[in-house]
Amino acid sequence: MTTRVGIVLFPGSNRDIDAVNALNVAGAEPVVLWHEETDLAGISGILLPGGFAYGDYLRAGVIARFSPVMRAVADFAAKGGPVLGICNGFQVLAEAHLVPGALLRNRGLRFVCRQVTLLPEQMDTPFTRELDARRPLRMPVAHGEGCYFADDATLDALEADGGVMWRYANPDGSIAGPDDAGNPNGSLRGIAGVRNAAGNVAGLMPHPETAVEAILGSDDGLGIIRSLVVSAAEWASTGTIAGTRAVAEAAR
Amino acid sequence: MSEHSRSYRFAVNVTPKPGILDPQGKAVERSLPHLGISGVTGVRVGRRVEMTVTAADAAAARAVVDHLAGDLLSNPLMERFEVEALGETEAPATAGVGG
Repeated sequence: MTTRVGIVLFPGSNRDIDAVNALNVAGAEPVVLWHEETDLAGISGILLPGGFAYGDYLRAGVIARFSPVMRAVADFAAKGGPVLGICNGFQVLAEAHLVPGALLRNRGLRFVCRQVTLLPEQMDTPFTRELDARRPLRMPVAHGEGCYFADDATLDALEADGGVMWRYANPDGSIAGPDDAGNPNGSLRGIAGVRNAAGNVAGLMPHPETAVEAILGSDDGLGIIRSLVVSAAEWASTGTIAGTRAVAEAAR
Repeated sequence: MSEHSRSYRFAVNVTPKPGILDPQGKAVERSLPHLGISGVTGVRVGRRVEMTVTAADAAAARAVVDHLAGDLLSNPLMERFEVEALGETEAPATAGVGG
């Protein structure tokens, strides 16, 4: 049976069609879920796409946090189901406290829309398991509020726990600090994406879903989307995903 | 509305926490020389949200504002907020008219 992965459509989402395409390329069945949906029966994974949910009013992602579907997504995450937030979807996850930290306005005062180089930090996770090697990945960013922020204690704990999933890299392959050219938005410690303590929820600012075919300029993002699909299938058949922890254990 | 309920006007001022980079404030600051203004530093841009709350009494109304200010209007990781009580009003203001 084809793995069904839900794509949450908020008013103002605009990368949902890219997500549909990416899931099709990855061999899953995409299911678009309207923001008022509360029934996730038959859904094995969730993808929160990019865009400007609810106009990004107040703060990017915060109003989406309180939408009916997000209550269902939080329940799904609490049961161990895999959830990936991309760009605005990452902002929604952060505002919902489903992943640590916050996304501030870009340090450079600009909306940035360009290719970046991303280094996966953890390989055997629900969102990186299908990557062929730990090598730099090329994919686009397009955001105005992508500057990853958390206080030093949180960042230290996150790093110690292996919670940093992807970092921006410079052309020479080094990690791109806040002021480096390879860092598009000033993110602390070059952090482009993180996961929750349990390991089944992750978010990142770059767009793997628009880098899934050579004709799009890069297919480096496909491994991340395929990882989500494989993890969704595993969760649907076994009720758990390799490399994740029980939520209660993770909270300790 | 219950006959015992009363209406109170509040403002919530949300500002970036000290030490948090505020690119908007920086942009404002950098524009000041174009106006011929000097000697202005430490510009921080936040937002002000005003609202009328109908509740049993002032304390109950205040509790509602504190709740929504902390949960929705501000993100405690990067912002702090202050609630200003603006006093009792006669009736709930119509959305968008305010007062």
